[in-house]
Amino acid sequence: MLIGTAKHSYRADEALLTTRPQRIWMGVLAVGLALAPLVLDNYWLYLACFVAINVASATGLNILTGFTGLVSLGQAAFMAVGAYTVAVLEIRIGTPFLLNLVAAGAVAALIGVVVGLPSLRVKGLYLAIATIAASFILHFVFVNWQTVTNGNSGLSVPPATFLGTPLTDYVQLYYVFVPITALMVLGAANLFRTRIGRAFIAIRDRDISAEVLGISLLRYKLMSFAVSSFYAGLAGGMWAYFFRVVTPESFPFVYSIFFLAAIIVGGMGTILGGILGAVFMTLVPELLRFVVDILSPVLPNAGTLLSPVRTIVFGALIIGFLVFEPKGLAEIVQRLRRFFHLWPFKK
Amino acid sequence: MDVLFFIEVSLAGLGSGALLSLTALAFVLIYKATRVINLAVGEVLMLGAYLFFAFASGLGMPAWAAIPLAIAGGGAIGAVVERGMIRPMLGENPIAVFMVTIGLGSVLVGLVELTWGTDPRALPAFMGNAPIFLGEAYVSRKIAIAFVVAALVIALFLALFRFWRGGVALRATATDQAAAYSCGINVPGVFSLAWIIGCGTAAGAGVLLGAIGGISPAMGVFGLSALVVVIVGGLDSVAGALLGGLAIGLIEAWAGTYLGGEYKLVTTFGLLIVALMIRPYGLFGTREIERL
Repeated sequence: MLIGTAKHSYRADEALLTTRPQRIWMGVLAVGLALAPLVLDNYWLYLACFVAINVASATGLNILTGFTGLVSLGQAAFMAVGAYTVAVLEIRIGTPFLLNLVAAGAVAALIGVVVGLPSLRVKGLYLAIATIAASFILHFVFVNWQTVTNGNSGLSVPPATFLGTPLTDYVQLYYVFVPITALMVLGAANLFRTRIGRAFIAIRDRDISAEVLGISLLRYKLMSFAVSSFYAGLAGGMWAYFFRVVTPESFPFVYSIFFLAAIIVGGMGTILGGILGAVFMTLVPELLRFVVDILSPVLPNAGTLLSPVRTIVFGALIIGFLVFEPKGLAEIVQRLRRFFHLWPFKK
Repeated sequence: MDVLFFIEVSLAGLGSGALLSLTALAFVLIYKATRVINLAVGEVLMLGAYLFFAFASGLGMPAWAAIPLAIAGGGAIGAVVERGMIRPMLGENPIAVFMVTIGLGSVLVGLVELTWGTDPRALPAFMGNAPIFLGEAYVSRKIAIAFVVAALVIALFLALFRFWRGGVALRATATDQAAAYSCGINVPGVFSLAWIIGCGTAAGAGVLLGAIGGISPAMGVFGLSALVVVIVGGLDSVAGALLGGLAIGLIEAWAGTYLGGEYKLVTTFGLLIVALMIRPYGLFGTREIERL
């Protein structure tokens, strides 16, 4: 049984991994992620890559919404900006793909700052609605800026090339996307050990007090938007290399809701929450597909039911978590950890 | 520019604006009483249209019976949602409650798709088709009827707020909950009432909207335009919903006709951002003062 963790210095207190079991489990996770492609088949690798993209974007939204308290329903639109940036750079200029990804993040961050400007005047629900407006306006731009985006027919993206080899199959993409996502998550976790991250949290908890304490709301709110959109842009760039075609319909409004739902289900304001939520919300529809496959001999038209049932489950998950488990999956994990810490003294 | 054509476009815009006002009223009613933005209003509207479809087309009821039933169905949904989801969330972060209504919208869309399929359908005609002429300007009969009905309902609401006990109770609750409680007003009752009336109104608006443009599970998007209306008009202002709805309806009609259909939504949302930058609490909304 673990009694507690005594810390002797501020450094130790601020460390990311404080206990031995944590370090061991993180090591197991890293090795597991590295070896996973050896055992996973193509379908699961596809899912793993998709999950990695969603985790990256959800982590970004978590920085903005979970840690800074600025609700945004425009995350998918920022991803679209990143995806279009990658597509245009890859087609027109052919710059190396890592550079393209960073450029995607940078462009999205720039747009994010512009979209974030209203956050200085409005907040809460009004801000959420302003971001809805921004995402519809961006969608309009993608449809109508024909010379760059090719309108509704969209752009097809050539595969990413790394050291001369095109990355086409899911194993290669897995080994690119998962490390990038891991780095991004690590970056997010580290952000909250710095002054900037702590300023974000102060703004979330009470923005007026934060300002009184000397945090420039202008700077930090916009910075939060920039960081979050940078994550979204990078994720969108990976998305473009993954699906290889970008159209205005690739990033519908409901995809933004998906990310907000993911961080709610996972747990707002925890790094773990963003990861768990994105994994969970991406995999549940796939599980439903298995259920439908099993049911198909019994129910003749099970296949046609899949899409509406997914929609219902999506909504029900949001409602269920908010009403019964507002702190999300991360809280359940904490409860499990506590159980093992206290076992056998407390059930 | 052809003046007659311009007038016709404007009249059609006012017609759809009246529907926007009616839907916006559903937002305002619920927000005023419970401080919840119900993003599922668009989906309740869609459900109302489908209920009407089921009663009129599926069970073969006449319109005068099917419309009240559809409205009552919307109200029932409102009652269930208020008791089941919103009441337990009282006092939570408004964003969390907002997200619950987004989830609710998703569930409603899924249920409708499960029951009636995803294909768009036409509602049985119950308004007739003979065109109406105002002077020389042609107005579609359906839009004219929708405008008149919406205007009547809004007038009725304004009268109710002014003279009916329930309306006064609602205004009292909106102004100061604790004071309303201590004056003997049944505040939870007012919450339920607001949701029932709000969702019933939305369902009724859905029947009108469905009669004009047909019904499909994607109809709920109309709720987003109505949301713009309430933000521009002020979330807690009935007059704001009224004027905002007409103004946005007109502007959408003009943008759709003179710039092209794809400019409709983008103009609306552009307007929204401008309005937010100028008056963040809406043109007629109450300015909230924040204290540390």
